Parts: sequence; C-alpha cells; structure tokens
Amino acid sequence: MTARRAASPPWFLIGPGVIAVAFLVVPLIALLLQAPWDSFASIISTPSAMDALRLSFVTSLIATAIAAVIGIPLAWLLAREILPGTRLIRALVIVPLLLPPVVSGVALLAAFGRRGAVGGFLFDTFGIQFPFTTTGVILAETFVAMPFLIITLEGAFRSFDRRFEDAAVTLGASPWTVFRRITIPLVGPSIIAGAALCWARALGEFGATITFAGNFPGVTQTMPLAVYTALESDRDIAIALSILLLAVSVAVLVALRGNYMRGASRS
Amino acid sequence: MSISRHLLAWSAATAITVTSLVGAGAAGAAPGRPVAPQQVTGTVTVSAAASLTDVFPVIAAAFMRKYPGTNVKFNFGGSPALVEQINAGAPVDVLATASELTMWKAVNAGRVNAPFLFAKNGMAIAMPPGNPAGIKRLSDLARPGVLVAVCAVAVPCGATTTDVLKLNSVVVKPVTLELDVRAVLGKVMADEVDAGIVYVTDVKAAGGKVTSVTIPPASNVTTTYPIATVIGAPNVEAARAFVTYVRFTTSAQGILHAYGFARPW
Repeated sequence: MTARRAASPPWFLIGPGVIAVAFLVVPLIALLLQAPWDSFASIISTPSAMDALRLSFVTSLIATAIAAVIGIPLAWLLAREILPGTRLIRALVIVPLLLPPVVSGVALLAAFGRRGAVGGFLFDTFGIQFPFTTTGVILAETFVAMPFLIITLEGAFRSFDRRFEDAAVTLGASPWTVFRRITIPLVGPSIIAGAALCWARALGEFGATITFAGNFPGVTQTMPLAVYTALESDRDIAIALSILLLAVSVAVLVALRGNYMRGASRS
Repeated sequence: MSISRHLLAWSAATAITVTSLVGAGAAGAAPGRPVAPQQVTGTVTVSAAASLTDVFPVIAAAFMRKYPGTNVKFNFGGSPALVEQINAGAPVDVLATASELTMWKAVNAGRVNAPFLFAKNGMAIAMPPGNPAGIKRLSDLARPGVLVAVCAVAVPCGATTTDVLKLNSVVVKPVTLELDVRAVLGKVMADEVDAGIVYVTDVKAAGGKVTSVTIPPASNVTTTYPIATVIGAPNVEAARAFVTYVRFTTSAQGILHAYGFARPW
C-alpha cells in the first residue's frame, strides 16, 4: 500500500506541470500553424532576409568568440577566487544577464556612444563611432550574451577535480600547459554548452541592438530586428523569419544535447 | 503639394464613414453628440501613435476633469504595431494613428468603428543642439558623412518622409530606420546622428534639446491623424466620449494646436 502510494505521481504537481508545458509550447505551435507555408521558401530566400540571416550569424559567432577569449579566463579566475572582491565581481558581471536588454543598450550608448564616456574620446580622437555599425551590433551582443558563458564555465571550473591539475604541477608542468592540457579538456563539454547558450542569446539579441546600434538592413538589422520591422508591414514575412529563428534554436538544442551526452559518456 | 498621398483612398472611406455615422446615430449614442457625464466612467485604454506621446496626456487630463471617475491609460507606439495589436484582439478602447492608411487596416479588419480625422502634421529636420553637421536645408542630408535617422517606410512618419524626399528629389542614405518617430527624435537628442526627419510637433515637443530646420509648405507633405473607437471596446461609453472629446471640443483642439498640430479640415 505504502509502495503503491509512493509510485503514483502526486496530483498537485501534475496539473501545474501540464499548464506549464502547454503555456510554453502552444505559442510555438500557433506560430507554425499561422505560417505562410506556400510562400515560405520565397520569403526566406529574399535578399533582405538572407542579409539579415547572414548578419545575424556573423555577428553572433564573432560575439561568441570574443566572449570565449575573455570570458573563459574570467570564469577561471572567479572559480579559483584569485581576484580580490571575487563575490562583487561575480555579481557585477552577471548584471547584464538580468538587465532588460534595452537598458543594456542605453548603458552601451552612455559608454560607447559618440558622446559617451569612452565613445566620446574614440570619436573625437580617431573618428570611430560604434552606433549604426556592425561592430556596434557585435558589442551589444557580446555585452548581453557573455554572462551566460561565464556562469556556465565558472560552475564547471568549480566542480571539477583539482587533483588532476595538482598532479600536473607536481610533474613539472607550467601553468600554461596545465591550463591548456588539463583544465580546458576537462571542462570541454561545458565550454561547448556555455558557448552554445551564449551564441543563442547573441543570435536572439534585440533590445540592446536596436537601442545602441540602430536598425538598417545589411548593416545592423539582424534577424530579430528584421522580424520586428516586418511586423510593421507584412505579418507573413515576420512569421516566416520567426520560424527560421525557431528552427535554429531547436537545432542548437539538439546539437547541445548530443554534446552533453558524448561528454558524459567520455568522463 | 501638401496633400496626403492617401487622400484619394480616403475619400472613398469618408463616404462609408458618413453613412455609418448616420447609422450609429440612429442606433444609439451618436459619437457627435455629447454623452451625459454620469454614464462615462472607468478606465479608457487608448492606443496612440508615438507622435501623440506629449499631447494626448494633456488632452486626457482635461477629459478626466470633464468626466470625473474616468481614467485614461495610454499605449504609445508605431501605428502599424498598434493596429497589429488591436487586430490580434488587444483589449483597447480607442485607436489613434498617424496616418489614414494604417487606420484603414484596422477598419478593413473590422476592428474599429468609423474613424474621424482630428489633426494634421508636417515634417521637419531635427538636429542635435549646435547642429554639428551644419544642416541648413533638406538637400544637406544627402551629403556624404552626414548621419541621418529616419522612420522605416512601414510606419506613417517613414511613408511621409519618403514622400517629402521624393518631392524634393533628395536621395538620402540613412544610417538607421527606426520603428517610430520618437525613436528618431531620441537618436537626435542623444547626439548619435547629425539629423533626423521627424514631425513638426516632435521638434516643438523636444524644446531646446534639438535645433531644427523647417521644410517650407510647398515642399512639405502632411499626414492626417484618424481616431476611432475599437469594436468590442471594454469601455464603450468612455471610448465614445473620448473620441468625441478629441475631435469635437474646442479645448482638445486648442491643446492640439498648442502642440503644433494643424486642423485636417
């Protein structure tokens, strides 16, 4: 009797759980139902859609690369609590993740706009301006997406067995060799997971981009901006482009899952 | 040539407007007749074009003084986005757009009652204080190196901007296509662009935060603003009262005038 009761799922969890699933899945299905399937191929192969897609891929990949180059070292420093005020730094670098993206855009303008604290100097001295450039898009995406990589990696650096590193050091390996040959391979799956999350966030970036970098086809109009712009004129185009982004998201999820499983079986 | 490009399309619509107005008058409270204050109460939700951001709250304050117990709430944005929301069933009482074309999309979808034209607006060039690029006339916007923000062509300010540039044979390569006119004004006020094409009323609203160049009437294009009650509005009486107030009272028309809007009639 007791065993039976333990095996039956608690009713008070099933109801809310089913509602949660429906709430998250119904809009996606509705999107697919409204799709203009007969004109789908022609819509997503228009030059403007291809421009937006290409721009989105290029900027989000560069943003992810930048986040990896400076974010992975920071994640390691945070995990080992090497820097003074580690807790404060950790809190600060996570803020952009919690901030409404449009606020990130305003903050980026304050820093890198042509009258901004840093941007003003760059503009007056070198004539460099970030807003309305593809570089501006990359800055916005990196700002918003890098915390995802840092958080994922810091967790991985914290949880792995440091005796491998210690052993390598005892055997005479330099810090660079230990980091490159022991640390990075051990957290490899987490790097891929963190980079994928970071990339997906960069790919979907909207608020900071339109606020900081503006909206011009081929230069700063990434896919999410193209969706929003299309919504002003042609709903079918907006839906078709949305489905394309949805497909990319699902593909990331599938690829990531494969990686997680391979990573788990390896270790 | 200060004639709206949609005027022809509109004249057909006006014919229908008049007919349905007569019909509405026979059926119930005529939008043209003042509604007794005691019937009008509660919250009125108004979706209004971004260019009405400053003037509508002032009109709403006067409206709420006239009808105590009412509370006007606003949803400002680009007109097509507002129409899109209402067509998708947003619980809105009143829609005011910055062009007849966008309003017509809501009329066609059967989502709003017959609209009234209540204001008219023209375009102007706004520059950051000090006018860093030395803009003096519309053709200066075509100079290489001048950063120009305009509205996307899908929103009314963008359609009118396109018409103005075409009328003056000026070819501008903007750096950004914003989705409502206040976003253009914002980029100008932030001094991130050298110039933006906005409504005359936006320049007035920005006060000393921008400098401006007026576009002479002969080479300007205007857009007219329709307002309508939404079919199935949560607060029908108050929605009618608000539309009537905006269109037919001298106080509302006076406020519109003070903010730089012209009369469409």
